[in-house]
Amino acid sequence: MDLTISEDQLMFKKMFADFCTKEIRPKGEHIDQAEEPPVELLQKAVDQGFWAALVPEEADGAGMDVYTYMLMLEELARADMSTALTLSVHNSLVVKPLLDHGTDEQKEAYLPGLACGEMLGAFALSEAGAGSDAAALRSTASAVKTTAKQRSSGTPQDDGDYLLNGTKAWVCNGSLAGLTLIFARAAGGITAFLVEKETPGLKIGYREKTLGLRGVACNTLYLDNVRVPSCNRLGDEGQGLKIALEALDLSRLGMGAMALGGMERALEEAVKFSLEHIQFGVPIAQKQTIQNYIANAKAEIEALRSLVTYTAWLADTGHRRNGLPSAQALGTPQDLSTQASIVKLFGGRAAYEVTHKMLQVHGGYGYMKEYAIERYYRDCRALEIIEGTSQIQQFLIARDIYKAEGLEIRP
Amino acid sequence: MMDFSFAKEYQLFRRMVREFCESEVRPLAKAIDREHRVPHETISKAAKLGLMGVPFPQEYGGMGGGEIGYCILAEELGRVCSSTATVIGAHIGIAAMSIHLDGTEAQKRKYLVPLAQGTAIGAFGLTEAQAGSDAAAIKTTAVRDGNQFVLNGAKVFITNGDIADVIVVMAVTDPSLGAYGGITAFIVETGTPGFSIGSLENKMGIRGSSTAECVLQDVRVPRENVLGQFGAGFLTFMKSLDIGRASLGAACLGGAQAALEASIQWAKAREQFGVPIATKQSVYFMVADMAVEIEALRSLVYRTAWLIDTHQPHVMEAAYCKLFGSEAAGRCINKAMLIHGALGYSRDYEIERGWRDQRIAEIYEGTSEIQRIVIASNLFRPYGVRIPT
Repeated sequence: MDLTISEDQLMFKKMFADFCTKEIRPKGEHIDQAEEPPVELLQKAVDQGFWAALVPEEADGAGMDVYTYMLMLEELARADMSTALTLSVHNSLVVKPLLDHGTDEQKEAYLPGLACGEMLGAFALSEAGAGSDAAALRSTASAVKTTAKQRSSGTPQDDGDYLLNGTKAWVCNGSLAGLTLIFARAAGGITAFLVEKETPGLKIGYREKTLGLRGVACNTLYLDNVRVPSCNRLGDEGQGLKIALEALDLSRLGMGAMALGGMERALEEAVKFSLEHIQFGVPIAQKQTIQNYIANAKAEIEALRSLVTYTAWLADTGHRRNGLPSAQALGTPQDLSTQASIVKLFGGRAAYEVTHKMLQVHGGYGYMKEYAIERYYRDCRALEIIEGTSQIQQFLIARDIYKAEGLEIRP
Repeated sequence: MMDFSFAKEYQLFRRMVREFCESEVRPLAKAIDREHRVPHETISKAAKLGLMGVPFPQEYGGMGGGEIGYCILAEELGRVCSSTATVIGAHIGIAAMSIHLDGTEAQKRKYLVPLAQGTAIGAFGLTEAQAGSDAAAIKTTAVRDGNQFVLNGAKVFITNGDIADVIVVMAVTDPSLGAYGGITAFIVETGTPGFSIGSLENKMGIRGSSTAECVLQDVRVPRENVLGQFGAGFLTFMKSLDIGRASLGAACLGGAQAALEASIQWAKAREQFGVPIATKQSVYFMVADMAVEIEALRSLVYRTAWLIDTHQPHVMEAAYCKLFGSEAAGRCINKAMLIHGALGYSRDYEIERGWRDQRIAEIYEGTSEIQRIVIASNLFRPYGVRIPT
């Protein structure tokens, strides 16, 4: 066992912290109040490699390992949760599936744009009637048939094109995206498609008004006969759900890192406030109740940090199966994706509890918009919902436990 | 490159401990709880396997397993029997540990070696009737008389007090100096005239461990038995407790793991409404929640053990292990009891024992409240704020 951070990782961490503190943190309040994605800021983040976190160095990316990528999301979240989520969706849910499942042509066509800041990625899986039950999605991808007349008249061959129809809900980065990964039902089952911005028929709909994470463009997406060439199908027909779930594994781990950053920021704000705020003649930091809240928060943060670190190590070393000692023990997750669910569930809950208590430390001030805790409390609430609710994580964890026991658990 | 895996030796060690726990410790767990007796037979078998000195260097009779090895032992013992974990934990984690940390070469030869080999049992005498969380308020005195010190006072809630051969006693050597400078640690052989056992506690849980009142009446201790620097006893016990807290987190991990394992099996076997209750959301959500806390605790405990073994700052981390570990274990055993229904409440079943045994983890070796003080005072220190207790 050796948990020492490497020189490279340390350098990255310092770079992340510097950039996020200097550039992003001061804008957090404005981003929230304007309810607009920080487009300029996101462009500045390109030079830091934030758009190409997982792209290998050979392809001009930052080539971060999973652990380093988690450090990036943690630092981003400490500075601004909206910016963190925007970049998490881009990296975990679009760039990563493209790297894992894209053809050479697809990578050639889109990776450079995604990496250099020309193209932000969006992920369109959920629908109004398909949230936790993602497999119930109803958007369709029908194959375009060429008529005999077209064939004889020599119109360009379009066999294999798809027409996408349906409505996607809560698409993060929706209106900003240059490339959207859209999931729709084809003849062979749920299938993933890489859809470029301004493809005819792709309409950006309602921009959601949200409780928190207001700097994230979250849109409804209308698919009205969106014509996608077969070369833009990611993976085979019917592989879509697998691709989506794999991508969600990484992004759920990332939600843990974001929860960690959010909690650290909330703690920092509460400590600062408790030192400045005088009641009964002393800073409230002198009161045990306040100290208890602070200490509990810190213990939760460090438990989560250990868990994120451990899980990132599992991912980086390619352990699909649990490497820790009680591996043989009953109830230990056997699968990395379950471990990601564990991180997401623990992180989402802890972030909610901790921001709640850190707001309480602020008293009335915590309810006011000029204090960052007000925003973090709203922002962190999303972590129990987005990318799989806490309840779905509970289901996935229990299903994995009982799978080893030969018992099928249904949601 | 970061490496979270366990070296081969640790994997083999865990397997050995697991076998020992399953074949020797588990079968006695129920009986020693009911009969309120220390499992001496288990302790001598543990000694033969070298388990009484897991973290200490081999040159002092130990196994050389460090804190990681010790946490593995604590976790595995905690999984099958918290009483046995407590007996061995007090012996290794605070008694022998304090001699390992601050003993002279001669003291280590004389006391650490037999403790590590398990031919002697150790106890740690800090708490007094009026000095629990406020440990610096101890009243036991040690007065110099030539080449000896004369100890007078009474220690309470001393784990292993009545079975120990050696007890590390904290006593006031200069009342004018207070905690730092005024308290000194002494190694006391329990056969010394004037040392006696008062009452034995009748406890809710960990009933297979003994908790004794230790009375010191003109107990003469040679000068060479001063442990650590004269007047620095407070530091000695704080250092030992810091390390002990990490392993307590490990024992809680084992306890929580046992609760999870039992719950998984019971929920699968128990049928209601025509199906195993494990297929019901209310039940399997609880199972999942337990697994989540256990995974978080596991990574926290072994990260802390690694910090200790590599001599990095670990005071706060050890407090996180104790605080988070004991409370997480409490939540787990409580869920396990709910899943088991009336069976969980029955004294014939291990859940009821686990529930009683867990409760002490939030109290001994520093209550949860004391852990929060440790954490908060360290957090606020950089800002120049001293947290009064």
